[in-house]
Amino acid sequence: MKGLRKFIDKIKPQFEKGGRFEKLHSTFEAFETFLFVPNTVTKKGSHIRDAMDMKRTMAIVVLAMVPPLLFGIWNVGYQHYLANAMQPDFWPMVWYGFLKVFPIIVVSYVTGLAIEFAFAQSRGHEVNEGFLVSGMLIPLVMPPDVPLWMVAVATAFAVIIGKEVFGGTGMNILNPALTARAFLFFAYPRHMSGDDVWIAGMPDQLPDGVTGATPLGEALAGKTEGMAHIMEPGYVWDMFWGGIPGSIGETSVIAILLGAIVLLITGIGSWRIMLSVLVGSISMGLIFNAIGATPYMQVPFWQHLIMGGFAFGLVYMATDPVTASQTQRGKYIYGFLIGFIAILIRVFNPGYPEGMMLAILLMNVFAPLIDYYVLEGNIKKRLKRVNHAVESAK
Amino acid sequence: MPNKYKIKKGLDIKLLGEAEKVIKDFQSDYYALKPTDFHGVFPKMLVGEGDKVKAGSPVFYDKYRDETIFTSPVSGTIEEVRRGPKRLLMEIRIKADTEIEYEDFGSTDPGMLSREKIIEKMLKSGVWPMIRQRPYSVIANPKDTPKAIFISGFDSSPLAPDFDLIVHGHGKEFQAGLDTLRKLTDGKLHLNIEDVEGQSKVFLNSKNVELNAFSGPHPAGNISTQVQLIDPVNKGDVVWYLRPQEVISIGTLFLEGKFDAKRIVALTGSEVLKTGYLKTHTGACIEKMVDGNTTGIKKRYISGNVLTGAKIERNGFISFYDSQITVIPEGDEYEFFGWAAPGLKKYSFYNAFLSKIFPGKKYRLNTNLHGGERAYVLTGQYEKVFPMDIYPMQLLKAIMTEDIDMMEQLGIYEIDEEDFALCEYIDVSKTDMQSIVREGINLMRKEME
Repeated sequence: MKGLRKFIDKIKPQFEKGGRFEKLHSTFEAFETFLFVPNTVTKKGSHIRDAMDMKRTMAIVVLAMVPPLLFGIWNVGYQHYLANAMQPDFWPMVWYGFLKVFPIIVVSYVTGLAIEFAFAQSRGHEVNEGFLVSGMLIPLVMPPDVPLWMVAVATAFAVIIGKEVFGGTGMNILNPALTARAFLFFAYPRHMSGDDVWIAGMPDQLPDGVTGATPLGEALAGKTEGMAHIMEPGYVWDMFWGGIPGSIGETSVIAILLGAIVLLITGIGSWRIMLSVLVGSISMGLIFNAIGATPYMQVPFWQHLIMGGFAFGLVYMATDPVTASQTQRGKYIYGFLIGFIAILIRVFNPGYPEGMMLAILLMNVFAPLIDYYVLEGNIKKRLKRVNHAVESAK
Repeated sequence: MPNKYKIKKGLDIKLLGEAEKVIKDFQSDYYALKPTDFHGVFPKMLVGEGDKVKAGSPVFYDKYRDETIFTSPVSGTIEEVRRGPKRLLMEIRIKADTEIEYEDFGSTDPGMLSREKIIEKMLKSGVWPMIRQRPYSVIANPKDTPKAIFISGFDSSPLAPDFDLIVHGHGKEFQAGLDTLRKLTDGKLHLNIEDVEGQSKVFLNSKNVELNAFSGPHPAGNISTQVQLIDPVNKGDVVWYLRPQEVISIGTLFLEGKFDAKRIVALTGSEVLKTGYLKTHTGACIEKMVDGNTTGIKKRYISGNVLTGAKIERNGFISFYDSQITVIPEGDEYEFFGWAAPGLKKYSFYNAFLSKIFPGKKYRLNTNLHGGERAYVLTGQYEKVFPMDIYPMQLLKAIMTEDIDMMEQLGIYEIDEEDFALCEYIDVSKTDMQSIVREGINLMRKEME
């Protein structure tokens, strides 16, 4: 390691101000701090600082996404061979999935990081680690057959319009990964919805008993046989463990729960948000169950929790600290409304089967307003104390 | 029976190098007054280099409040008046006599004196700067009448000195100090102690005070934490506060008529070979304490504790309000893939390091920042170590945008920079919160006064 350190120290001056590669300073700094935690010591304030930094924080979130990612890779292969009426061994399925998923990850990271580095340099900032997470989230919410150029366009849109125009990491209003997904959903709906996009390499003719539709697609179609199918116990189990068509990372609730455990133990994902999203969706689900006017309303409330991108959105998207409510009390309201609205959109809106995505984006927009009212509460309390003191002095 | 208060949020950072409970006498050759210890004071010198001073002789005063006088802690000769950039007055070094001579201010029973006479005597002798106030955490304005006075009888910060031990045997002076302070407010005089068994008799037998007992992690010992629970500071309110040793100095002034700047200082930190308590005076030079008594590596000397103290040189001086010296390793080393290491030897507030398996372990922490400065991303973390009914992140942002109204509404009058020290410690964005808060407080004071 000493040799590497020496080499870095040797080339470092060229990237500093006045050096030959001054324009690449942010890039150099990003790579240097990736390899070595800097030797910076505290100058002001607390003399000791926690061992935790932004890199480790983001690395843990990425780690939490590994279970759905690995499962997704396998499932892409599994669904492909299922649709083509073949039953290969485990590894060929993984290999097929890897060939499909890996390029999407590469495109997402390369596009996003290139833009991030360029913005960091032009602003004279250090490169923020936030995109390490977004760059992994974007592939996980894509259908497996998405064209790579679309991933690139969506990522660029998400990073520039979703994040950098607001001032970069920490300042954005909308979750970047969801912005990417929503962009594709509205710009190229044929590639992001319907029954033909959720299985990679789908043949024209599916074998008997195999469907390309996701549970949400079937439910939305509203046909009685579709409804009956998603409520079969066997299929419910499939939805839980994840061997069904869908976006790469969203299908397995078990894998997502593993990720949730990582986020909750480390305290990086907010339990307040996760819990209140659950409560919100269960409330709406129970209301619908009580009304029961349409077949979709009769879907048991708990089944909504394992359908579509709900679990994935709950664990990885709703908990994004930058775009969620920033006050502890606000997080309860924010989460509850996400759950409530997600189920509402699912059941009522014929155009958008994935209510979770829109519910989170909607609440992203309202999160600052929620915080505003929570703060108002604190301010009012303080004012009341003054008035009380004045009263009692009289 | 004391009123009991329980603090739930906070963090006790467990460090190696707690002071051994032995008190020794310590005489330094040099002492210093550091005008930088006093926020918002604009020093004007009253003596020059070579002048002789006694303990209690005036050395400088505050240009904006010329009744506030700062006096010499010991008798001796003014050796050097050191100035920093822009001729900022940094240190007034005093070469101490072997035997201390005291200015005589006359012993009087504070009970017999009027409030005005008490304040006059305190100002003249130089004990006045020991009393500080909220809002702004600056030296108390003698023209104010505070709604209450608070004495925090314990320090909860890392490796903090044990005030129980320090006040032992000073019951008489302590009570005289309390009697004096009693006359300075129409409201209550609060003595806040730690809620543990076997508290010092000095505290438990105190008269004329409201006794409050606190339990819970740091910052349970911070004044702001205590004040907010007992009697919060509202807009327009003024409360005064001080520490036990300062009460003793005030008591001694009235009992014996002298300015007694005696301080028992805890010598702490993982790099100190022989820790302990040293009986000396405010502003003592630490050189003789640490010489030959520390490890051989590159170290940082801190007057105060690791969270809020000031960095000083090896031959630097203890700050006016501190009763602790901490020596820890400098951490100016690179660490290969440090952010990804499992972290068995690293201490963290977050459950993201293997070291969490051993909750009782004590650590030798260095001054490395452990990362680079970033934008604020995480939310809800600061609140976990911030026990006050204040939104720390939102208040910080109000300060950063210099939004005076918002700062006031979110409670800036109630806080001091030390209240943000734990937030600063756990901050993954590595921002210098305490200096941000101090700038905000200074701005607020400029607007209001």
